[in-house]
Amino acid sequence: MAISQPFPAATPASRADRRRKPLRPSRVVLYAVVLFFAALFGFPLLWTLMASLKTVQETFAYPPVFFPAVPQFGNYIRVLSVERIPVLLWTWNAAYITALTTLGTVITASLVGYSFARFSYRGRDALFLITLATLTLPAQVTLIPQFVLFHRLGWINTHLPLWVPAWFGGGAFGIFLMRQFFLTIPRDLDEAALIDGASYPRIFWSVLLPLLKPPIVTLAIITALATWSDYQSPIIYLNSPDKFTISVGLHFFVQSPEVGGEPLQHLLMAACVLAMIPAVIIFFAGQRYFVQGVVMSGLKG
Amino acid sequence: MGTDARVITPARAQPHPSLLARLVGAQTAVQTHRALWGYLFALPWVLGLIFFFGGPILASLYFGFTEYAILSPPKFIGLANYDRAFNKDDLFWPSLGRTFLFTLMFVPSAIVGSLALALLLNQKLKGTTFFRTLFYIPHLIPAVALTVLWMAILQPRMGPVNAVLRALGVADPPGWLATRDTALLSVTIINVWAAVGGNTMLIFLAGLQGIPNEYYEAASIDGASAWAKFRKITLPMLSPTIFFNLVLAIIAALKVFTTAWVATQGGPSYATWFFVLHIYNEAFQNFRMGYGSALAWILAVILIAFTLIQVYASRKWVYYDGD
Repeated sequence: MAISQPFPAATPASRADRRRKPLRPSRVVLYAVVLFFAALFGFPLLWTLMASLKTVQETFAYPPVFFPAVPQFGNYIRVLSVERIPVLLWTWNAAYITALTTLGTVITASLVGYSFARFSYRGRDALFLITLATLTLPAQVTLIPQFVLFHRLGWINTHLPLWVPAWFGGGAFGIFLMRQFFLTIPRDLDEAALIDGASYPRIFWSVLLPLLKPPIVTLAIITALATWSDYQSPIIYLNSPDKFTISVGLHFFVQSPEVGGEPLQHLLMAACVLAMIPAVIIFFAGQRYFVQGVVMSGLKG
Repeated sequence: MGTDARVITPARAQPHPSLLARLVGAQTAVQTHRALWGYLFALPWVLGLIFFFGGPILASLYFGFTEYAILSPPKFIGLANYDRAFNKDDLFWPSLGRTFLFTLMFVPSAIVGSLALALLLNQKLKGTTFFRTLFYIPHLIPAVALTVLWMAILQPRMGPVNAVLRALGVADPPGWLATRDTALLSVTIINVWAAVGGNTMLIFLAGLQGIPNEYYEAASIDGASAWAKFRKITLPMLSPTIFFNLVLAIIAALKVFTTAWVATQGGPSYATWFFVLHIYNEAFQNFRMGYGSALAWILAVILIAFTLIQVYASRKWVYYDGD
């Protein structure tokens, strides 16, 4: 079931209704509860933001202070240029791995989804069943043999193990998602194009792909968020700090928050905020499609 | 599986399918051509399955019966890895028990909390969109950044949580991640905070919005209380959604790793040494690839067993509209 608007906005009529009604005591309680939760989610975020703008002395103040006396926006410049903590390089590494992984997943998953949804050939259904079976097993099961394979190829301490697999279908989830969407498009469309003499790649590119924007954006966002945040794979493949992604780098930073005896906790918080920003941007860029995708996955069950 | 336009010809005029056609499961030249294109489009995944996704599953199944220190070839040792896990590994049962304990704390909190938030956001309050986004943001934060953030919040001396507790007159506030007794609880709090306003909440919200209003209107006419409406309409209508979220939450909880690894490295004194940490430690710190594979398969079996138990149990309590 497709939901065109998962969260319908209040209609003008209902707004007017509400304005006419006096605020009932039960509404006051509801607002109080919502604000309580807002504080619960907002406070840690706000604390981190404030901590990233403190001086070293304020960071170690006892009892702690919430607001820095003078916001140190320079912390954000400084954190990018500390030796042994190459935050800028880590961000770049994570960004390009995320871009390549997302691109590979979206391209190959839609091709494979097209194959599953529109072609019949010997072994197709068996292949699809195997695909679904891989969904049920945890990543930990494939992690060790993958590590062995990449070790054999001499790819340890390179970024290749992190993005190359994405160009081979990118995993069962994306393929399954794309296939489901191809099945919702009427077959007459491709058949008509076929009769007009269009080739299959042409049909895929010009007829079907333009109709598949929602699942493609959904898959792109889910993949990009997961890759940007990923820690379990990079931690086993990357050994040298210049190869780290932002997540691995942050962990490295936590373990040694001093450079030459100078504590850098305030810069650690700035690095932490820097790691969050792209994730939030990715989410807001395609929020509508993403929310729909999440919701659909849940209501299908 | 042919819904594609077949060329209808009398049986006698049926062309004898070529060897290639028979190989790809087709009858006519057109279908053969089409099947070959189908193979071509599926090719990336066929290769991916062999090398990166499916092949490794079979490989790890085999590695589980071997002793394999990556640099020398795997040596077949039968069930010794499993014997070691169940009978000789001092960390195996405690790490499994700890993971179940975490799951037991995390899942109900996350599900009840998400449902409460969804019900709250469904009350058509002003600013709902803003609140929904605010609740969701913790779920977006990369796991490592999330952990670093909470390490600062829960810092025993300079952290704001203990500052507030001291201001309230608690003489000796807890050490949170730093002490053995509270580390597991702290990791649970971090995970619940990050999960409760996330996808689980969004799915509940959509489920709530899918309940027809007529049901509530009819109940109001009959004079039902808000609680009765929730018990008799909302919960049954929402049960498929609850079931779905429950399965996902349990799977996620049993795989807990990053928060504990970054915050405490499984400490203090193994207090947050979860099962996946144990797999990581054996496979990638001690390079026991064989034993690590066996442990990974034990995890896989546990996950599948839990899921099957739930699917079976769901027949008793999940209500599908129209049954």
